[in-house]
Amino acid sequence: MAKQRVIVVGGGLAGLSACVRVAEAGVDVDLFSMVPVKRSHSVCAQGGINACNEVARQQGYSEYEHFDETIYGGDFLADQHPVLEMANWAPKIIDLLDRMGVPFNRTNEGYRDLRLFGGSLFKRTHFAGATTGQQLLYALDEQTRRYEADGKVNKYEFWEFLGPVVSDGRCVGIVAQDMRTMQVRSFRADAVVMATGGCGLVYGKSTNSVVCTGAAAARCFQAGAWYGNPEMIQVHPTAIPGADKLRLMSESARGEGGRVWVPAIKGQDGRWGKHPRSGEDPKKIPENERYYFLEERYPAYGNIVPRDIATREIFDICVNEGMGVANENQVYLDLTHRDPEYLARKLGGILDIYEKFVGDDPKFTPMKIFPAVHYSMGGLWTQFSKGSYNPSEPRDKHKSGTRAPIGAEVGMGMEYGSPINSSTNIPGLYAFGEVNFAYHGANRLGANALLSCLFDGLCCGVSVVNYVRSAEVSKAPAEMLTSSAYDAVVEQENAKIKRFTDTVGKADASPLFNPYQIHKELGQEMTAACTVVKSAARLEQCRTKIAELRDRFGKVRLGDAATWTNQTLSYTRCVGDMLLISEAICLASIERKESRGAHYRTDYPTRDDANYMKSTVAKFSKPMQSTVIELFEIDASLIRPTARTYGKTDPVGAGGAASKKVASPEV
Amino acid sequence: MIQTLTSTSSAALAASNRRIAKQGRTVQVSIKRCDGPNKPSRWETFKVTTERGMNVISALMQIAANPTTIDGKQTTPPVWDSGCLEEVCGSCTMVINGKVRQSCSCLLDDYVPNEGDTLTLEPMSKFPVIRDLWVDRERLFHNLKRVKAWVPIDGTYSLGAGPRETPAKQETRYKLSECMSCGCCLEACPQFNVEEDKAQWDTSFIGAHAISQARLFNEHETGKQLKDERIDVLMGPGGVNDCGNAQNCVKVCPKHIPLTESIAAIGRAVTIRSFVKFFKG
Ligand SMILES: Cc1cc2nc3c(=O)[nH]c(=O)nc-3n(C[C@H](O)[C@H](O)[C@H](O)COP(=O)(O)OP(=O)(O)OC[C@H]3O[C@@H](n4cnc5c(N)ncnc54)[C@H](O)[C@@H]3O)c2cc1C
Ligand code: SF4
Ligand code: SF4
Ligand code: FES
Repeated sequence: MAKQRVIVVGGGLAGLSACVRVAEAGVDVDLFSMVPVKRSHSVCAQGGINACNEVARQQGYSEYEHFDETIYGGDFLADQHPVLEMANWAPKIIDLLDRMGVPFNRTNEGYRDLRLFGGSLFKRTHFAGATTGQQLLYALDEQTRRYEADGKVNKYEFWEFLGPVVSDGRCVGIVAQDMRTMQVRSFRADAVVMATGGCGLVYGKSTNSVVCTGAAAARCFQAGAWYGNPEMIQVHPTAIPGADKLRLMSESARGEGGRVWVPAIKGQDGRWGKHPRSGEDPKKIPENERYYFLEERYPAYGNIVPRDIATREIFDICVNEGMGVANENQVYLDLTHRDPEYLARKLGGILDIYEKFVGDDPKFTPMKIFPAVHYSMGGLWTQFSKGSYNPSEPRDKHKSGTRAPIGAEVGMGMEYGSPINSSTNIPGLYAFGEVNFAYHGANRLGANALLSCLFDGLCCGVSVVNYVRSAEVSKAPAEMLTSSAYDAVVEQENAKIKRFTDTVGKADASPLFNPYQIHKELGQEMTAACTVVKSAARLEQCRTKIAELRDRFGKVRLGDAATWTNQTLSYTRCVGDMLLISEAICLASIERKESRGAHYRTDYPTRDDANYMKSTVAKFSKPMQSTVIELFEIDASLIRPTARTYGKTDPVGAGGAASKKVASPEV
Repeated sequence: MIQTLTSTSSAALAASNRRIAKQGRTVQVSIKRCDGPNKPSRWETFKVTTERGMNVISALMQIAANPTTIDGKQTTPPVWDSGCLEEVCGSCTMVINGKVRQSCSCLLDDYVPNEGDTLTLEPMSKFPVIRDLWVDRERLFHNLKRVKAWVPIDGTYSLGAGPRETPAKQETRYKLSECMSCGCCLEACPQFNVEEDKAQWDTSFIGAHAISQARLFNEHETGKQLKDERIDVLMGPGGVNDCGNAQNCVKVCPKHIPLTESIAAIGRAVTIRSFVKFFKG
């Protein structure tokens, strides 16, 4: 009998947990990653991972409440059954990580310690120092290495996925390129799991790592996979602007009294206007020339307004009012009025990051911060098979701390092991982790991302195994197929490469066709039009700009024709794919004429459940080389939607992330 | 020879340099380039205009977007390795002004504070060069296999929580577990040398990084089941006895991993194990 194989593309938390689960079930895995898997973007996660736990449970919390919070936090856009299953699995996932040796912080008695995080009244976030993502990734990396040493996992590190191989409507392998030798070749597999993470780089700079371009997803999209809720992009209010990257600055800086302001001059009419010396030493700006806009605009909440509001206001000051510090996209986050010793004690670690990368000590100089693109709720569209819990009508929102209406057995949310769980519309092609659009709806709660990655790998990994073992797939194993489909994609990719390298030293040398320049302009345009505040007019302008950039990309000129380790080639190819993801984000933003979660339209400022409690689904038409957006019904059969207010009437706030006096970092 | 600075003196130096640095100045970046394995190396120098908070990676990005040397020669964009850009993934290690470190956390204001100053970038010398500043560190990951750097769990089925742990124990393990396999400690070690022949890897000096990881897993309740196997490897060729105790490793580790403590702990375990083996015959 032919030996069956599974390919996993991506070695972040989602990819590695899938790898371990599939290999454990006795199916060999080929693991592809552009970086050694231990260096995947998941290492960046700091805050923690959510799960119901014994202490919280005895205080009235439950898996069901975790589910309810996630649906509510996502503003009722996520399909509900998969989220229920994820919440139910969470405590078991933490136990497993614990067994793998993750050094979770401990209480005096040696139990796992917990912290409070945005979106919940209960301590339900598990953490390992300030580097939870790193510690979880390492645990999975170690288990993967164990299977690798046993010959059950084969790693292809520094290999770039170029596209799926689809034959007779089924995904039967991939085409990939060795980033060192530049060899392009196809690989056969009975199923392929995409676990390639987010797409922060389409915004130029973000909090993401350099490989988070979304290109891998865009390549599946062009091969016919659908892309769900592209417009749902999470922007974090406080990041440190940098020439290369925007690094996260924890929300706790505001929680500890940080004040947000810009230098400005108050006119006769009482309106604030630009300051002529904005950008000069902030300590020399007198008090009456400081515009504390959050405090002024939101007297009750002040600097601790909820996260989305803080983001929107900072954006408004810089982009619309042009009052950013030194005329750039940045505002001051000022802690200098606090006692330096107190700051060192309470915020030491995070202030060190600022000092390390910016060079200023925030205890004595106001920090410069700006919102940054942080996470993509959208991703490849996936399906699921409903589990056993199917009430005759949806329940009302769960009252925090009350008894859970149902238990938390495996299989209530999703049918365990069903081959369609987390499968894209192309049979045999799966999407796990951040590249999967499921679970987070219109807004992700802090510390739920790592959970969704592991849940996909561990729960839906079994679905992949069942798929490859199904009668239909086993009777036509990839190993036995003719080579024509494989040869065709290799040829197609080689032709594309030749088209790029042929431009070296020949094509028009104008900067208009420089890939770095195209990417830079794309990032600026996307940041201005498709992040915090959107409107029809601005989005249309963005659509035109993307079309212009796509045109220019057609004449792109490379600076390196090397046939060995040509990073320029890889980068340029990614820029082309980023243009497509950007277009999907822009078009879906135009289509969604309402405001929901992270998507805020000035021309449609309220949520419209009647028309838009639906997923936007982008489909790519190959002949037209264009994208269309459709609306899909969602599964909202478990909880009835309510307004997402986070108890706004209460000035200190009952439940909101940033509305707490001492806001915990929601990252 | 690698120049090592203790962290306090480099911090003091950095602070004083940052004060004099003016933005928009032009500095020179000299890069040791190499087109591929077994190809000759050459130096190329580029002009970079500084921006606030600029690190070595953003200087490289500026050069790559328009790769023209100071002599006006059009060349290829330099190749380098990077990932997180916040000193947590370990990708971007290189030798900067003679000192091995992460390039993403290396600020131009600290290293080249004056107009016209020169920064030199070289690939690590203890790993084979792939191209320019990018080296092949597969051996470093291979060494983790040598010491079975994992907890041998029974599988991923639901079996309840792991062993309880005191906060003190957690702190020790967490510190060791922050190692990002960046390779600084190996670059600085006089006993660790470049080895292109994979067949030699299992008997060449394993280095502080893997010795410390062995200790990490020996310290875990379940992980310690493989302790004897790990120690057997570390008492063999290329094991802890090859360490010359130069202590360079601990000075360059960006995560401040207590490497010499780990080497001493493993050294003791090796001694005990040799006694046991000797008496058991
Ligand atoms: C600064 C920061 C802090 C965060 N903190 C938290 C937190 O505290 N809690 C939380 O829950 N979430 C947090 N998140 C979100 C979370 O870290 C991510 O959503 C999650 O790590 C994504 O994991 P992943 O496995 O889906 O993908 P990633 O970890 O991004 O891995 C992607 C993998 O795909 C590979 N890949 C990509 N493209 C290709 C290609 N073309 N070919 C081959 N391989 C490819 C890469 O090499 C990599 O191995 C944070 C995010 C950021 C940016
Ligand atoms: S102490 Fe040992 S491992 Fe560390 S640098 Fe010296 S010889 Fe190398
Ligand atoms: S021990 Fe330190 S220097 Fe060595 S690889 Fe780990 S983090 Fe790098
Ligand atoms: S890029 Fe990750 S450590 Fe420098």
